[in-house]
Amino acid sequence: MPFQSNVPPGELSEKWTKYRSSMPLVAPNNKRRLEVIVVGTGLAGGAAAATLGELGYNVKAFTFHDSPRRAHSIAAQGGINAAKNYQNDGDSVYRLFYDTIKGGDYRSREANVHRLAEVSVNIIDQAVAQGVPFAREYGGLLANRSFGGVQVSRTFYARGQTGQQLLLGAYQSLSRQISLGNVQMFNRHEMVDVVIQDGKARGIIARNLLTGELERHAAHCVVLGTGGYGNVFYLSTNAMNSNGSAAWRVVKKGAYMANPCFTQIHPTCIPVSGEYQSKLTLMSESLRNDGRVWVPKNQEDAKAIREGRKKGTDIAEEDRDYYLERRYPAFGNLVPRDVASRAAKTACDEGLGVSPTGLAVFLDFADAIMRYGKSRANTLNEYNASEARIKELGTAVVAEKYGNLFEMYEKITGENPYVMPMKIYPAVHYTMGGLWVDYNLQTNIPGLFASGEANFSDHGANRLGASALMQGLADGYFVLPYTIGTFLADEIRTPTIDPDGAEFLAAEKEAQERIDRLMSIGGNQSAESFHRRLGKIMWEYCGMARNAEGLTKGRQMIRELREEFYQDLFVPGSAKEYNPELEKALRVADFLELGELMMLDALDRQESCGGHFREEYQTEEGEALRRDDEFAYVSAWEWDDNDPILHKEELIFENVELKTRSYK
Amino acid sequence: MGADNMKLTLKIWRQQGENTKGQFKTYQVDNVSSHMSFLEMLDVLNEQLVSQKEEPVAFEHDCREGICGTCSLVINGYPHGPMQGTTTCQLHMRHFKDGDTITIEPWRAAAFPVVKDLVVNRDSFDRIIQAGGYISVNTGQAQDGNAIPIEKDQANHAMDAATCIGCGACVAACPNASAMLFTAAKVSHLAQMPQGQVEAAERAQRMVAQHDAEGFGRCSNVTACEAECPKGISVEHIARLNREYLTSSIGSTK
Ligand code: SF4
Ligand code: FES
Repeated sequence: MPFQSNVPPGELSEKWTKYRSSMPLVAPNNKRRLEVIVVGTGLAGGAAAATLGELGYNVKAFTFHDSPRRAHSIAAQGGINAAKNYQNDGDSVYRLFYDTIKGGDYRSREANVHRLAEVSVNIIDQAVAQGVPFAREYGGLLANRSFGGVQVSRTFYARGQTGQQLLLGAYQSLSRQISLGNVQMFNRHEMVDVVIQDGKARGIIARNLLTGELERHAAHCVVLGTGGYGNVFYLSTNAMNSNGSAAWRVVKKGAYMANPCFTQIHPTCIPVSGEYQSKLTLMSESLRNDGRVWVPKNQEDAKAIREGRKKGTDIAEEDRDYYLERRYPAFGNLVPRDVASRAAKTACDEGLGVSPTGLAVFLDFADAIMRYGKSRANTLNEYNASEARIKELGTAVVAEKYGNLFEMYEKITGENPYVMPMKIYPAVHYTMGGLWVDYNLQTNIPGLFASGEANFSDHGANRLGASALMQGLADGYFVLPYTIGTFLADEIRTPTIDPDGAEFLAAEKEAQERIDRLMSIGGNQSAESFHRRLGKIMWEYCGMARNAEGLTKGRQMIRELREEFYQDLFVPGSAKEYNPELEKALRVADFLELGELMMLDALDRQESCGGHFREEYQTEEGEALRRDDEFAYVSAWEWDDNDPILHKEELIFENVELKTRSYK
Repeated sequence: MGADNMKLTLKIWRQQGENTKGQFKTYQVDNVSSHMSFLEMLDVLNEQLVSQKEEPVAFEHDCREGICGTCSLVINGYPHGPMQGTTTCQLHMRHFKDGDTITIEPWRAAAFPVVKDLVVNRDSFDRIIQAGGYISVNTGQAQDGNAIPIEKDQANHAMDAATCIGCGACVAACPNASAMLFTAAKVSHLAQMPQGQVEAAERAQRMVAQHDAEGFGRCSNVTACEAECPKGISVEHIARLNREYLTSSIGSTK
């Protein structure tokens, strides 16, 4: 199978423009004859389906949700980056490109990232035209904020609901194409396999989740915009139904999985409160602009807090360790996500955690409240305002900025964060790894494309804040609709693909057998309970810090768990009906393989970079030790039940110099 | 802060499918912690049922943080439960007491047929949006994002309407099972953006026509929708919809 990045030649800044103008085109009359299947209707899938429909292709879009408006993109809070330089603060396409490459710890492909930065500006224009109500300044122009430890203000936002508003924009465009008949929408349909004919992706097998029937759907090519696999950890900030199955199904058919061990652990999430915990909730990164992170200096205080004998507010200033400010004076509380997460873990490992489980640190707004209060009092000419008055004024300012987040925190924890410092802990949030794709976003299987979080392409070993929405929409609106033409231009003579062809029947039969197998085990344990156990293994051995011994052990444990799964799973009900338990079982079965591959990838990568921290590879001060000589490559794994095969795509940096990230 | 071993009695609506008759069944759950979310409490019940080889209760959920609009339970008679401005998934057990009996039902409306137990089909909402809940612009046709300034307050008002999560609680709350609040939220969001004004009148007309065709009831200003809406969507948007609708009916050439 082909394995080339297909990056076009030429100057970095001109590659995309030149390539796009010389790409083969498909004439309008031919587009009408060509069919495209898009799986997933989040930002990456929904935007692609809508745009392909507008271009005149015949699109069939699939989602397992009850409506395309529900995809997990909707939960993104903070914002979307774009190199608009509206603030005149020195931003540019190059700077966004550079920040993304550096933030990703030099493990992404230069040309893809540059293209992302280029089209970022078009996304904002497009969203505004769709009616997305971005935040505005008093003069009526678009507002920006700085986000995720970069030095410019390039993040556009719609309150704390940017993902929601951008997804609704894409959903509305998609709805328009549905009403025009250009897109046929299949809600509550889950892809259970891909169909390959003569080496090309030609369709999918989907399970109608209402009836349980399997359906064969054919097209000239297939696009996956199916999101990430963070739920392999069971507990994550991902929505409950987010899963890696569509991607994993194509891996089982020969597609390569790239950098699977690159997962992002977000530093500011609400900590786990008990065994029953089903998911974790993110507190937007924007909070770190004003909140100060700390733990008590000594273990006695921490213990007293854990046991409820003391409160955070009881700890005197000199007994607190603002460890991010201490360790990273230059960036302080604004260090990138991977650095902040690891530091929290270190503090808790030292016995300084502040929740009953010992796994939480404080995020404190007391200083911000006083600072804002004083400045507001000054504006109001209240020069002798009492402390209580200052607090009151400051609380109002903080409420204006973060009100909905504070409210969400209080709903979940029952504690008032205006009075008591918040408790936070890192949680799995995003997966940088994903299906290997070339410059055209095509996987190594011709005719199979992957966009958004489902591919590995842009974030290297760590994603910057507010860049997930950017990538999903860049791929969906502005990249894939063009690059798909490179494949389809050669297909204009291919007649309609027949869903009754032998490969379709075989794939359907295979999927049916997989389902029958799960239904017939008749054991005693639920899919959910296996998922929880898998999550614990992943978090323990492939989480924030990894080492060879743990990874080897973890891999073995997953294999054993997988065996137990196939012997003792119990799925109630039948396969030919609405059956959420069966849906879950199918997804967990795939996670049980994907998890093993993540362990293997983490084991292979004997360096620390971005979200991947190998304990054996750190500096004396405990910082990540990257090893560019040996590991400046994308690992692209070919699955094999016994021993997956590693292919390496060497990363070539022609435009940036590889440096050690320093936030000190 | 609340108990850790609450015992609860749950009266839950069970219904095999759209065309079968449903009924309430009573369940007991012990060991409920006040820190659990309402849905985590149902997870515990379901684990219990599965371990007894019984069929778990079907209910829908996804984000579990109040933004996707998937969760949809009527709890003790209130869509999304008794707390204001809260979706089912954000409701926590600290608002209940040991020994409570809790009644759990699906949204009930002709345009939301039951799929199974507590799960309903809300495709009708999608079709209302498809009828005109968008701005007719293709990818790549946009001018610069700052070409048209929009007054901060106006953008804020549009955002207030745009926060609708499409959950359907407004329909479940309405004695007429009207979806006017949902429909109006979209009409009002887009009508307040200059980009959306061009099609505003026709949009209102088409969306209302689809609303009626789906079998949702007429709005008679009961305003129960606003009270139960987890996102605080105001009935003022219905007034704006009515204005757009009237303009369109008077000036319509279609
Ligand atoms: S208006 Fe409120 S209750 Fe109705 S669908 Fe929207 S968010 Fe839900
Ligand atoms: S599950 Fe998403 S809003 Fe409740």
